[in-house]
Amino acid sequence: MFTKILYGTAILGLLISFVKDKAKTKLVLKKAWRSFENILPSILAILLLIGFVLTFLDAQTISKLLGADSGASGMAAAAAVGCVTLIPGFVAFPLAASLLAAGAGYAQIAIFISTLMMVGVATLPLEMRCFGKRIALKRNILSLILAVVTSCVVGVIMS
Amino acid sequence: MSKCKKIVKRYLFFLLLLLLNALLLIVEPKLGREVISLSLDNLLEMLSIIPPIFLLLGLMDVWVPKETIMKFMGKDAGIKGGLLAFVLGSFSSGPLYASFPVAMVFLKKGVSLANIFIFLGAWSTTKVPMMLFEITQLGSRFALIRFGLNVTAIIVLAVVMEKTTTKKDAETMYELASRQSGED
Repeated sequence: MFTKILYGTAILGLLISFVKDKAKTKLVLKKAWRSFENILPSILAILLLIGFVLTFLDAQTISKLLGADSGASGMAAAAAVGCVTLIPGFVAFPLAASLLAAGAGYAQIAIFISTLMMVGVATLPLEMRCFGKRIALKRNILSLILAVVTSCVVGVIMS
Repeated sequence: MSKCKKIVKRYLFFLLLLLLNALLLIVEPKLGREVISLSLDNLLEMLSIIPPIFLLLGLMDVWVPKETIMKFMGKDAGIKGGLLAFVLGSFSSGPLYASFPVAMVFLKKGVSLANIFIFLGAWSTTKVPMMLFEITQLGSRFALIRFGLNVTAIIVLAVVMEKTTTKKDAETMYELASRQSGED
């Protein structure tokens, strides 16, 4: 149902765009294709990686590592991966969905996604050059704290 | 030749995994086949969801007038400026680090610190195509709860950042931005 609405909206938007401006619509399609092509290597790799993970780690192991009962240690592990890695959202969500289906906890998945999006250890040097050392550090630390708090709340509400 | 090399380089990790899978198929055919069938299922599901999301992403990128919105986010913009910063961040595309140069341009144009952090927060967490994709992958309940909490978190972060940033740090920030060459 939701997917159908998505398709409907996209097609409608494209039609309106086409009627209003053909050149811009061509640009829209080009940008859409480029962004897709951009992340295709990571998507293919992560899908295969998910295949491996789900084949070799059974649900029991995953839920022991990242399940709701893994508590703080599971959350710390998920947060560490989220802070350090640079995974695009289009790749992270399928991974998160597979882990959830295989027994990971909501709080653990939420903190993985939130830290992935808001905290960037790998890009910290760049951020420092852009905004100054203290501001960049403060933004990342505050983001981490907020990610911990919101993810705990997600965990409580979802369970 | 160099183009071919480039493609191989981009897909290197994927190709290595494929190779690993080929080895697995030889050593443990049953496990190897399971990896393939799991991956293919996921791939087909993704390909059925992803086209409209990328079309919407392209539409937003081309049709949302960033320059005009930016003009309304100055120091005295108040709530309206914050809202605009939020919308602008949410309707953008690209990883968080791509937002830093944009934020610097905003700083140069006199956008307030709180609005800068609202913009960064929105860019990182509430991007519309990402939200849509999150709903398809993790369900609307999870996605919407996370969205609501994150909007709160973004506002808290922006307020705390603005209130705790010393004058000296703020000056450093605006100065770094003003030294940034290139687009203006």
